Amino acid sequence: MTDMSAPGNPPFRPSMLIYDRRYRSMTFQVIVFILVMALAWWLVNNTIRNLAALGKDFNFGFLWQRAGYDIPQTPIPYTSDDTHFRAAMVGLLNTLIVSILGCIAATFVGIIAGVARLSNNWLIARLMTVYVEAFRNVPLLLWILIVFAIFTEVMPPPNAFRGDDPAASMILFDHVALTNRYTAIPTLAMTNDPGSLDLGARITISWATIAFVVVLIGGWIVRRMIGAWAQRVQDQTGSRPTTWWMSLAVMTVPSLLLIWFFGLHFEAPELRGFNFAGGLNVQNGLVALWLALTLYTGAFIAEIVRAGILAVSRGQSEAAFALGLRPGRTMNLVILPQALRVIIPPLISQYLNLTKNSSLAIAVGYMDIKGTLGGTTLNQTGRELEAILLMMGVYLVLSLIISAGMNIFNSRVKLKER
Amino acid sequence: MSDTHAQTVPFVRDTMLPPAEPPIKEAGAMRWLRENLFSGPVNTILTILGILIVWFLVSHFWDWFAHSVWNAASLSECRQIIAETWGEGARGACWAVIRERWNQYVYGFYPPALYWRPTMAFGLLFVALAPVLFSEAPGIRRIVLGLTTVLTLWLMVALGAPAAWLVFAAIVLVGALAISERHVSWLLVFSVLYPLMGVWFLWGGSAWGPIMVLVGPVLGWIAWRVMHPLSGMVAVIAALVIPVLWWVGYAGEAARDAESIVSFAIPAVASDRFGGFLLSITIGISGIALSLPLGIVLALARRSDMFLVKSLAVIFIEFIRGVPLIALLFVASLLLNYFLPPGTNFDIILRVIIMVTLFAAAYMAEVIRGGLAALPKGQYEAADALGLDYWKAQRLIVLPQALKISIPGIVSTFIGMFKDTTLVTFVGLYDPLKSMSDAVRASTSWKGIYWEPYIFVGFIFFLICFAMSRYSMYLERRLARDHR
Repeated sequence: MTDMSAPGNPPFRPSMLIYDRRYRSMTFQVIVFILVMALAWWLVNNTIRNLAALGKDFNFGFLWQRAGYDIPQTPIPYTSDDTHFRAAMVGLLNTLIVSILGCIAATFVGIIAGVARLSNNWLIARLMTVYVEAFRNVPLLLWILIVFAIFTEVMPPPNAFRGDDPAASMILFDHVALTNRYTAIPTLAMTNDPGSLDLGARITISWATIAFVVVLIGGWIVRRMIGAWAQRVQDQTGSRPTTWWMSLAVMTVPSLLLIWFFGLHFEAPELRGFNFAGGLNVQNGLVALWLALTLYTGAFIAEIVRAGILAVSRGQSEAAFALGLRPGRTMNLVILPQALRVIIPPLISQYLNLTKNSSLAIAVGYMDIKGTLGGTTLNQTGRELEAILLMMGVYLVLSLIISAGMNIFNSRVKLKER
Repeated sequence: MSDTHAQTVPFVRDTMLPPAEPPIKEAGAMRWLRENLFSGPVNTILTILGILIVWFLVSHFWDWFAHSVWNAASLSECRQIIAETWGEGARGACWAVIRERWNQYVYGFYPPALYWRPTMAFGLLFVALAPVLFSEAPGIRRIVLGLTTVLTLWLMVALGAPAAWLVFAAIVLVGALAISERHVSWLLVFSVLYPLMGVWFLWGGSAWGPIMVLVGPVLGWIAWRVMHPLSGMVAVIAALVIPVLWWVGYAGEAARDAESIVSFAIPAVASDRFGGFLLSITIGISGIALSLPLGIVLALARRSDMFLVKSLAVIFIEFIRGVPLIALLFVASLLLNYFLPPGTNFDIILRVIIMVTLFAAAYMAEVIRGGLAALPKGQYEAADALGLDYWKAQRLIVLPQALKISIPGIVSTFIGMFKDTTLVTFVGLYDPLKSMSDAVRASTSWKGIYWEPYIFVGFIFFLICFAMSRYSMYLERRLARDHR
């Protein structure tokens, strides 16, 4: 017994780098580090040699050269005399437009379809199952092409709307015209235009827009203050003052006043000559892409919503009813907070997917960032390396922003555990 | 009281009444209708809305489907037939295009004389999959393998396969059927060899290439056996390094030398002849087979304690998940030439498979990470308590359970990847959906045909993806061990 040596630290031997668990992970990480560095060096070295062999360099100066191509749909003023950088910005804005519109619409479609799939109504539930399965199991590209083909092949040309007895008619009370080249929709017009704020680089923002944003944010802050005041009164006296009409007034009255003040109204498109004018002629590529992305992503969101609702056990709503909560409050206070916790994380990844899938715009000729920076600019300047790296960087930043924003929202709704 | 009562009762029924029919509202179809379609005002409105939707769809598309034409040489002929049969102005579907271009949709521009090769490869794929997918369900396995055998041999005869290959396919298929009755796991040997065999059947060329690739692991095994008595660690390193050295340095030359000595080649088919569903399925199956192991490795790396390994995995996964697949495909077609040594130029399909695999592996890693996180901590602790080392614990305890939990996610990643194979159209490959339909429309006889090709391709994709999702549900049920 006395022979047993004390478990001191044995002297270091090289074999311990492999056999001792304390050192092994360090050895392994060093090897990985060396391998990764070697790989990176190899790739960079190859790239430098290849660029040298082609007589090319690596710089982004091409962004400031004249673009020389037109873009059909430009959210900010753009002509072919502008730079490639501005073209890329137009493309980025187009990507953002279709992504944001798609996310909003897909959420609506998804919630309706997801709830309807759980409906007691046999027919509606079956119809929604067919919708979800059909859209989930067929490539998105197919839906984009089909919707685009419906627009270009089935819709009438603009001049079919002409004459006393036209072959085609506008829909939605003569406000929207579906043609085979574009969709004419009404624009917002003002009789009392306050002018615009010039941000430089030919980008302007109407003062009316700024006024609406200010009023809405102000209304939201006042509403929060009313809520806090009501909470204080409730804490002190035990009865909560009725505030819903105050909140409603704060949120709507200033906006209505602004609408009246600026004389805001819809201006419907009219046929002038062979084309529609007055409204906004939205390129069919955008409409087709938006519809297809909405319906496709909506099917996935429907499944997420359904799973979220099913995840809240029945006992929760029974308990809420037993406590005497009305159905509306049960939904708001008990079921939704729990269902949202399940729904939000996969919903975020669906929004990300939709944004990335919007790069399929090249199939319908909608000029998003893939079409401008990664398409025409790339082909004109021959700078594949810079253009594609820049484009991937933009998508990466977009994805990171979306997931960061939604993660903040997620951390607000998620279960607060002690 | 009771006595008097008993005596005063004038009538006591001594037989049961025949059971009455339930009220008509509470039975059969009426009850079902009332409960499921008209249980309240809201429900009734919804039902009417649903009927209107169905009616709208049927009234718009029924005549088009009813007036289908299956036999015509061109779109104008189709329209003529429709006008003659159902009167002027009638609409109708012209499925004749599918019939006429069937081979193009299935095989792309593959040489028609060699159609039997992809067919045989596809048939043998089921033999390779049988021990993986249907190992515990003999009934289903028998049906699948039997059907595969009959269909493959019949199609090969119909496509004019050489007799020697017919015999080869018959031996493999019937042999697999016989072996699977006794020892299903023996078929795993075939599953391991199949990828090389499949590549050889599809692309053709000298058989020495795949054989020399196979020599790599054999050399590694020999090295391991030789080194093992000296040092275990050195043996493992040698077994890993020697095959890589062999593949990089000597395999190509050895294959060429062997070919010049004894030629054993079948006609080679270049990648640009691939197209249609052959291309989709080739990319899809390779991507599925490669992305699962890569995804598992990435998921384990992301949960590793080692800082460097973990951060590399996070960077890789987040980068891949942050960019669209199209951007990665453009990297494959335009940028890969920059990143590789000057003068390297390798196959575009292989490049696309690599990119699709990396893309799917990043998503797979996240799905499997979810499964690993969902596993109760006690399982990890139990593995440690048993004294298992890291790899044994993962292999025997953690991964089987984690993978089982993540089956739905894994399969939906597979489905997503298979659908995404259509995007290869943007790098100039002939996918069945866009490029092939455009190619069909480019001919004068089928100019202006839109709906039929799209519906046909969409239907095939639906069948495959729907089958995959149903299989995942079956697998989930079969593997369910708890909550009985």
